[in-house]
Amino acid sequence: MIQLSGITRIFHMGDQAIHALDHVDLTIDSGEYVSIMGPSGSGKSTLLNVIGLLDRPDSGHYLLDGRDVTVLSETEQAQVRREKIGFVFQSFHLIPRLTAAENIEIPLILTGMPSTERKERIAATLQAFNLSDRAHHRPAELSGGQRQRVAIARATILRPTALLADEPTGNLDHRIGSEVAALLEALNQTGTTLIVVTHDRELALRARRRVAMRDGRIETDER
Amino acid sequence: MRPQDLLHFSLKTITSYPTRSLLIVLAMALGVAAVIILTALGDGARQYVVNEFSSIGTNLIIVLPGRAETAGSFPGAVMGQTSRDLTLDDAHWVGRLPQVSRYAPLNVGVAELSAVGKLREVTLMGTTADIFPIRHMKLSQGKFLSSADENSAQIVLGAKIAQEFFPDGNVLGQRVRLSDRRFIVTGVMAVQGESMGYNSDELVIIPIQHAQTLLNTTSLFRLLIEVRHHGEIDNAREAIRQTLIRRHDGEDDVTVIAHDAVLATFERILRALTLGVAGIAVISLAVAGILVMNVMLVSVSQRTAEIGLLKAIGTPAAVIRYIFLAEAIWLSLAGALAGLILGQAGSWALRLAYPQLPAWSPLWANFAGVAVAVLAGVLAGLLPAIRAAKLDPVDALGKR
Repeated sequence: MIQLSGITRIFHMGDQAIHALDHVDLTIDSGEYVSIMGPSGSGKSTLLNVIGLLDRPDSGHYLLDGRDVTVLSETEQAQVRREKIGFVFQSFHLIPRLTAAENIEIPLILTGMPSTERKERIAATLQAFNLSDRAHHRPAELSGGQRQRVAIARATILRPTALLADEPTGNLDHRIGSEVAALLEALNQTGTTLIVVTHDRELALRARRRVAMRDGRIETDER
Repeated sequence: MRPQDLLHFSLKTITSYPTRSLLIVLAMALGVAAVIILTALGDGARQYVVNEFSSIGTNLIIVLPGRAETAGSFPGAVMGQTSRDLTLDDAHWVGRLPQVSRYAPLNVGVAELSAVGKLREVTLMGTTADIFPIRHMKLSQGKFLSSADENSAQIVLGAKIAQEFFPDGNVLGQRVRLSDRRFIVTGVMAVQGESMGYNSDELVIIPIQHAQTLLNTTSLFRLLIEVRHHGEIDNAREAIRQTLIRRHDGEDDVTVIAHDAVLATFERILRALTLGVAGIAVISLAVAGILVMNVMLVSVSQRTAEIGLLKAIGTPAAVIRYIFLAEAIWLSLAGALAGLILGQAGSWALRLAYPQLPAWSPLWANFAGVAVAVLAGVLAGLLPAIRAAKLDPVDALGKR
């Protein structure tokens, strides 16, 4: 469960202070499917980064599963990210020199899992994401949809409690985009909290709960 | 992250950028090879000098009359004069010491040599037959003083003198005059050139008694002594000194020099020289280290997005540091190894080109070269690794 209260994040541009997040209060229960919409600069990506512990708020409290994670050290935050959070990006962020299987393997390597166990997990995951025949291809040899499937597989292989997607369909055409959205929704069906940041209205409307942001504040919150 | 995964992961990164990696390895290899080849050269020169000296004899002790010290024991010391001579009898006594295997008393002077109507001034050396083995001198024809006829008036001519007086080569048995005394030529020395300050090609050698009479002296110029074993040299030196003090009524008026001491000085100088060139080579390793740092820094900025991703999926800063450090270590290890091979090949080529120069790099130089290379690599990898770990994940992910 994600509980944000009074979260403020200020960026400085020259002598001007920009409130990317201005006293945001938001509670997201486990298993929810939330879309966050808003124009560029509304603070939606910053909100996602704060939720994903990539960015520290300047003030306010963030409880993740009842634990205040804003006070954790960088190493502790890294561990929380590893265990509880999966990221999916617009530009996939696959490591170009590694194959699909190797990209998916990275989170497993970080946990110190022995390589035989890793092999089994990867094989099962590739199967589940329908990527078995692409295992030994590098990202450059994969289509956009396949790349995003690899990225989602990497984000979910450690079964995080929350999956954070930042414009997951932004670099994909309409048909592939809705396939990827369906894949994310299927993961949400199995209990993973899904938070999607987008300015694609159609994608946002698929979510059961829709949050709209403007100027660092939550404008509407529909269920 | 387990260490073997870390090493595997970083190795894969290195092989993914072959040009970049090869350049770094080459720079490191050249540095290490420079250390090895330069020390091989320095140490080869040292060995060469040591060998040259050994051919004169490392078991050699030289006795000089008089004290070669600045102490004011007696005023004549500085001039090489002494109140008491070093005599032939002294030499015989020293020769009986158990540590001594051979000895040769020496008198040196200048005299006129005349034969077959020709005349020239020559350096004459009075000594005994043992001088030949002690000084590693050789005769090209004839012989000199078998102990049976120690006092006979025989003379050995230097190669050049023999050539000048008897160009037809018919030398043995010829009669010559040295000052006002007659000698029979019994031998000719082999061509040897300069050695210990004498050109033996322009030398004549006669028995010591004849030399002393001819030069009208009873004091030896030098006494050369060969010790049985190299290990006994200090012990022998002391025994010789004691013997001579006893024979000189308790007065310590001779100088006993181990030939070793001269050699040791040369060795020290050349060793310092080797260290010096090794130091210069180490600088080239440091330069290679800075190159590694440069390339690693470029690599960090090229892989910003990757570092951002690694952070996003929960890689602790420490692990990111290790990843980049491991890359630097791999690269410098590969460079050190390549340098080791290159350096050995270079020394081998040197030995091939100059067979008289034993250009083997000393073991310490091989170890030091590799160790410094790895150290330089690690130090050079440190800054990029720290920079990578410090990257802000949000900024890093924003870059493509």
